[in-house]
Amino acid sequence: MASTLQGRMAPASSAPADAMSASRKSSARAKHLPFSVEREEGRVVLTGELTMRHAGALWRRLSEEVDDASGQRLDLDLSGVTHADGAAVALLVELRAALSGRAIECDLVGGSELLRELVTLYGGERAPTPRPKRVKERGVARFGGGVASVLQAIERWVAFVGSVAAGAAGVVARPRTSNFRSLITLSERAGADGVPIVLLLNFLVGFVMAYQSAGQLELYGANVYVADVVGISVTRELAPLMTAIIMSGRSGAAFAAELGTMKVSEEIDALRTLGLEPVRYLILPRVLALALVAPALTLLGDVIGVAGGAAVGALSLEVTPRAYLAELRTAVFFSDVWTGLVKSVGFGIAIGLIGCQQGFATSGGAAGVGRRTTVTVVTCLFAIVILDTLFTVFFRMLGV
Amino acid sequence: MTSPIVEARSLAVGWPGAAPLLEGVSFDVHRGEIFAILGGSGSGKSTLMRALIGLESPVSGEVAIAGELAPKLEARRPTFGVMFQQGALFGSLTVLQNVSLPLERWTDLPRDAVLAIARAKLRLVGLEEAGDKLPSELSGGMKKRAAIARALALEPSLVFLDEPSSGLDPVTSAGLDDLILTLKRALGLTVVIVTHELGSIFAIVDRCILLDHEQRGVSASGAPRELADSDQPKVRAFFQRAARAS
Ligand SMILES: Nc1ncnc2c1ncn2[C@@H]1O[C@H](COP(=O)(O)OP(=O)(O)OP(=O)(O)O)[C@@H](O)[C@H]1O
Ligand SMILES: [Mg+2]
Repeated sequence: MASTLQGRMAPASSAPADAMSASRKSSARAKHLPFSVEREEGRVVLTGELTMRHAGALWRRLSEEVDDASGQRLDLDLSGVTHADGAAVALLVELRAALSGRAIECDLVGGSELLRELVTLYGGERAPTPRPKRVKERGVARFGGGVASVLQAIERWVAFVGSVAAGAAGVVARPRTSNFRSLITLSERAGADGVPIVLLLNFLVGFVMAYQSAGQLELYGANVYVADVVGISVTRELAPLMTAIIMSGRSGAAFAAELGTMKVSEEIDALRTLGLEPVRYLILPRVLALALVAPALTLLGDVIGVAGGAAVGALSLEVTPRAYLAELRTAVFFSDVWTGLVKSVGFGIAIGLIGCQQGFATSGGAAGVGRRTTVTVVTCLFAIVILDTLFTVFFRMLGV
Repeated sequence: MTSPIVEARSLAVGWPGAAPLLEGVSFDVHRGEIFAILGGSGSGKSTLMRALIGLESPVSGEVAIAGELAPKLEARRPTFGVMFQQGALFGSLTVLQNVSLPLERWTDLPRDAVLAIARAKLRLVGLEEAGDKLPSELSGGMKKRAAIARALALEPSLVFLDEPSSGLDPVTSAGLDDLILTLKRALGLTVVIVTHELGSIFAIVDRCILLDHEQRGVSASGAPRELADSDQPKVRAFFQRAARAS
C-alpha cells in the first residue's frame, strides 16, 4: 500500500504547484487515476484500485457510463479490481440500487474473496430496497395542511390550559398533590436573581423617557411635568412591559429548557409512573411562581423607572427631586399603579404557561430542547403584546 | 399462579406517522414470575413496555394489569414500579430524594422513617454511599441501579425493568440477578424485564417472548431453554448470537 501511494505521489510532487492544479482540472487527470471504468455489452468493467481518495472521480465516471444505460441488465464486473475500500463498495451498492430503481437489473460480479465479503457487508447481495419517493405537496394541500396544523395547535392549547385549570382546582382541594416546596426555589430563581437586570433596564427606560421629552417640555417651560410623563407611562405601561420581556427571556426560556430536558429524558414519564401528575407537580408551581414574582418585580421597576426620570429632571431640567416628587403625587394615581400590576400578573401567568407548554411538547433530543426554547421566547413576546392591548382596552372600558 | 397479573391481548404498538412496530402481541404474566421481553435492538421492546404500563396507548388491542383494563397512571398510588432504560432519575433531586419522593407522596410515614426506607433501598442496589449525589454525578450503571431502587420504593408486587443490567460489570450484574431472584422468592415479586444478558436470561427468567422486527411481532415464546433449542432457525440464532456476544 505504502509503495503504491509513493509511486502515485512521486510525479505530482516533482511537478510545480500550478502545473499540478492545472492538471487536476484538465482531462489529463484521468491518466493519474488508479482505476478505469469501461462499458462493454451488458456490463461495466472496473479495474485497478477503488478507494475513498478517488471516490468522487469514481462516482462521476460510473454515472457517465450508466446514465444512458437502457435494457434489462447491466452488471458491474469487478474481476480486475486489485483493491477496494468500504467507501468505494458503498458507491457500487448505491449505484446498483439506483439502477434497479430504473428497472435495470444489476449484479456485482467477480472480484477477490475479500471484495465479495465487503460487498456482502454493505448489502450488495441483498435485493436493493427501492427508496420511497417523497410526494411533493401541492400548493393547495400545503395551505390545507397549514390551516389544519394551526387548528391543531389551538386545540392543543385549549386542552393544555384546561388541564392546568383542572389541576389547579384539584390542588386547592388537596394541596399535598402539588409541590409547593419547589415554589420557594422557583420564585427565588425567577424573582430575586432577576432583580439586578430589572432594576437596570427599568431605570434606563425611565431615564430615556424623560430625556426624550425634555426638549419639548423645556420649549414650553413645563419642566416639572417630566414627572407626569414618566410617572404615568412607566407605571401603566413601561415597567410591566419591560419586566415581562425580561421574564420571558429568563424564566420562560428556562422553564421550556428544563421541562423539555425532563421530557426527552423520560423524567416526566417516570413522574407519572410514580402516580404524580406532571401538571400539578411541575407546571402549577412554576405558573404560580411567575404570577407572584411578576408584580413584585414590576413594582420595583415602577420605583426605579420613576427614579430614572428624576435623575434627568435633576441633571438637565433643573427640577429638584423634591419638586419632582410633589408633582408625581398629584399626577400618578393609585389606579395607574394597580392596573400595571394586574397586567403584570397576566403576563407572568402567560409566560409560565407558554414556557411549560413548550417544555412538555418537546421531542427529539437536545436539538428539540433548543428549538422549543427559541419558540418560547418568541411566543411569549407575541402573547405579551396581545395581552397588553387587551388589558389596555379593558381598563379603558372600565374607565380606570 | 392464579389469575395473570399482566395480560396483553392482540396488542399493536407503534409511533405516530409510521407503520406499527408490533402487531398481534398476546401474553400473560403470572404472579411471582420473572417474564422477559427479548429481541434485537430497535425491535420495539421499550415501546412495548411503554404500552404495557400505560404511557403510550396501543394502536389496537388491550392491556390489563391485575385485572384492570387500561389502568390509569396518574393521581393514585402506583400499583407497579418502573425502571426506564436510561434511568430517568429526576435531575434536580439527589439520589436519596429520588427514592424517597414516592414514599413522601403516598405514605404517611414520618420523615425519618421515609429516609430510612429510602436508604435501605439504596443499600439493596449497593448505592448507600451515593445518596447525597445528584444524578448527573453518577455513572451510567449507577443511574440504573438508583432507578431500580426508586422502582422498588413503594414495595410494589410488580416491577417493569428495561435493561437493568446492560452496561454493568459482570459482578454487579450477577448481584442484581441475585437481588431479583431473592425478591421473587421472599416477597413473591413479579418482574417483567427487558434484557440482552444471556447469563441473566438462563439464571432468572421463567418465561420469555422474543420480538422480531421483520415479522413485526412475537416470533417465539416459552421458557428460555425451549427457545434456545427451538426448531425455528432464527430463534435459535438469536440465542447463539447472544451467547457469542456475552
Ligand atoms: N420517541 C419515538 N418516536 C418515534 N419513534 C420512536 C421513538 N422511540 C423509538 N422509536 C422507534 O421505535 C422503534 C423501537 O424502539 P424501541 O426503543 O422500542 O427499541 P428497543 O427494542 O427497546 O431497542 P433497544 O434494545 O436498542 O433499546 C425504533 O425503530 C425507533 O426508531
Ligand atoms: Mg429499549
